[in-house]
Amino acid sequence: MNRKRLSIKNLTITLPQGADRKYAVNDVSLDLYANEILCIVGESGSGKSLLSNAIMGLLPDGVTASQGEIDFNGDNLLTYNEEQMRKIRGAHIGMVFQDPMTALNPLKTIGKQISEMFTIHTKLSKQEINQKVISLLTDVQMPNPLSVAKAYPHQLSGGQRQRAMIAMALALEPAILIADEPTTALDVTTQACILALIRELQSRKGTAVLFITHDFGVVADIATRIAVMQQGKLVEQGFANEVLNAPTHPYTQALIAAVPPLTPGDVRRINKEIILEVNNLSKTYHNHSFFKQNRRTTYAVDNVSFKLHRGSTLGIVGESGSGKSTLARCIIKLLEIDNGQINFENVDIANLKGKKLKHYSRHIQMVFQDPYASLNPRRKVGDQVTIGPILHGITKQQAIEKAKALFNMVGLDSEALNRYPHEFSGGQRQRIGLARALALEPKILIADEPVSALDVSVQAQVLELLTQLRKQLGLTVLFITHDLRVAAQICDHIIVMKSGKIVEQGIASQVFLNPTAPYTKDLLDAVPGKGWNPHRLIDMSPAIHI
Amino acid sequence: MAILKDYFRSPIARVGTILLLLIIFIALTADWFFPGNPLRLAGRPLQWPFVNPKFILGTDQAGRNIAAQLFHGAKVSLIIGLVSTLIAIIIGVVIGAISGFYSGWIDDILMRLTEAFQILPNFLLLLVGVAVFGSTINIVIIAIGVVSWPPVARLTRAEFLSLRNREFVQAGKTIGMSSTRLMFKEILPNALPPVIMYASVILSTAILMESALAFLNLSDPNISSWGNLVGNGRLVLRQQWYVSAIPGIAILLTVLSASLVGQGINDALNPRLKKR
Repeated sequence: MNRKRLSIKNLTITLPQGADRKYAVNDVSLDLYANEILCIVGESGSGKSLLSNAIMGLLPDGVTASQGEIDFNGDNLLTYNEEQMRKIRGAHIGMVFQDPMTALNPLKTIGKQISEMFTIHTKLSKQEINQKVISLLTDVQMPNPLSVAKAYPHQLSGGQRQRAMIAMALALEPAILIADEPTTALDVTTQACILALIRELQSRKGTAVLFITHDFGVVADIATRIAVMQQGKLVEQGFANEVLNAPTHPYTQALIAAVPPLTPGDVRRINKEIILEVNNLSKTYHNHSFFKQNRRTTYAVDNVSFKLHRGSTLGIVGESGSGKSTLARCIIKLLEIDNGQINFENVDIANLKGKKLKHYSRHIQMVFQDPYASLNPRRKVGDQVTIGPILHGITKQQAIEKAKALFNMVGLDSEALNRYPHEFSGGQRQRIGLARALALEPKILIADEPVSALDVSVQAQVLELLTQLRKQLGLTVLFITHDLRVAAQICDHIIVMKSGKIVEQGIASQVFLNPTAPYTKDLLDAVPGKGWNPHRLIDMSPAIHI
Repeated sequence: MAILKDYFRSPIARVGTILLLLIIFIALTADWFFPGNPLRLAGRPLQWPFVNPKFILGTDQAGRNIAAQLFHGAKVSLIIGLVSTLIAIIIGVVIGAISGFYSGWIDDILMRLTEAFQILPNFLLLLVGVAVFGSTINIVIIAIGVVSWPPVARLTRAEFLSLRNREFVQAGKTIGMSSTRLMFKEILPNALPPVIMYASVILSTAILMESALAFLNLSDPNISSWGNLVGNGRLVLRQQWYVSAIPGIAILLTVLSASLVGQGINDALNPRLKKR
């Protein structure tokens, strides 16, 4: 066994009074050894981030580490004052944050920010520092390190910014690197590169890495050991192989069971009838500028055509900026299109307006991504669900009856109609959003990343609900997602988009098992944990046959 | 209710509310304590306060009871403040909402109009209004309201710009809500808190503006406002300073209470302060 680098003993972190629970972290003991990656896994609110903040001495006001110790080099870090902590941070323990855009200073060049690490902690000359900066940027495989050193954060891509953050964290060769969800804000292909980089640097330098994440796919890719947290308690820890393939604690089992496998379900027989046909749809954005040379036209959706069969589920997958959300908003007429046709039941709705549009638009409804932004915080959820049908001409009493039935259908208590959105959890809100969309009895449901803001166990429940409703109501679903695992679970057909264009489309099993476009192959290769397919402990979504 | 609790947690808000309630009490009891016209001649002119028990706050140079003018003036000042604030808020919110919701050329036109109002000093515009339409109290109130709306419009527009692309608004659009409904029933309640807070600023400037008008003898001379009293006292400021000072303090306290209440509302609605 390697040397012990950090040892957390019986750590308890107390939350201020009035919080939803008393302890953020409850009696947690952990050891971190040199040359390993220890993944702390948990859902939101499990206390995993506060644990890492406690190590760095960065607990927010009112939150205190009330018991236990954090041993580092024979000293208890909890007894250090701010002055002593400052010498530890950066030099001995480096940290990489989730969002590289907010963690970097926008007014200083990357090179300058990295060299600060040396000017603060060492007495190197300016020239030596500059050399070190360049070699660090080369180390993190930054393309063209000389020019990147002179660049400002906004001039780099998300992945490059995260590389710069890692370079900064590793500048003084700390014994420990804490990475708090370092790839959550990145696209899958970028995420795969960053994970490979962290693994490579870690094994070359023998650093002890504490990696915090909620994503079991990432864990499977990177972890040496795993610690699972639930509600502030450490419920299971062990070597990656054991925890991933033979979890003992029921919570770990449930979490792993909720990870959708990458293999598509059985092929369903699909109706031949076409409910929606999109032909040559284009949507461009113009950058109005006084000077001609600065004017730019961005093709958000570029000449897209596809057919949607009645009762089927079509998945649109792609990375951020691929135009998948814009496409959905064009179809639901939130955005005006530049070109093309949207034929819904053989009527072109692309250029309809006013009353005529209202007549058709009720048949296409949408569930939004962010369960916190998609409900009006100042109206009772009941009002928000009933208003749609009332606007389309049924009485208030009927609408309330309908809303009650819908709430039961999506698994909520009908008493909840009289409550405000903030009284619900993320998953419950997404159910309300679903009820609101279904209240108009749509024929097509567009779901724009409906589960990407949810914890993995809640995600599984909402997906299950969606598949069940699809069967019950005969819905046609247009499912937009960046998560190929989710797409594999519920889609019959897949469209892969990149930079506004469709690069591949076909039956799900074909796209997943025999992708033809190189980009699709890249995407599939980048899915975290693709080599790890847990055997199903619970069969989450049985394939549904008509 | 949680907001009320947050509101009263701050000592600033408590002091402001008590002061404001006191002023409202004075305004409401004016007719009960001092029945009749407060501008009638009541006794010997220029009696100092606390000398004659009949005139606790003394008399001005025309022999009118200062206490009576103060009580009745509270009513006038509050009405001026509230009504002109209401006018400013309604004009500002409607223009700001339309401007922020539709954007494009409608926004351009409305914002140029707003800027046209903003580049002229408020008070100058108010003087022009009063000079053209006369200086009865109704005109003064409307004129103050009409010169005070541009900041409200800009504030509302900014809120609308950030709210109109929220998913709940898009959701409203897809279930077939009309633009008016989206604007006033969905977005407006979410945009209102900063506007309500700003209302306290307008309320205090409105009272100050009326006082300034009265000081220049341009307000309605037939009503007993604090501004008129200060303006009259100006003539005897060196010897009988109390004639101007007493209503001056009343104006100060009213403006102070309004801004304290505004500050309290701001703190209560600001989630970042709540955490402390």
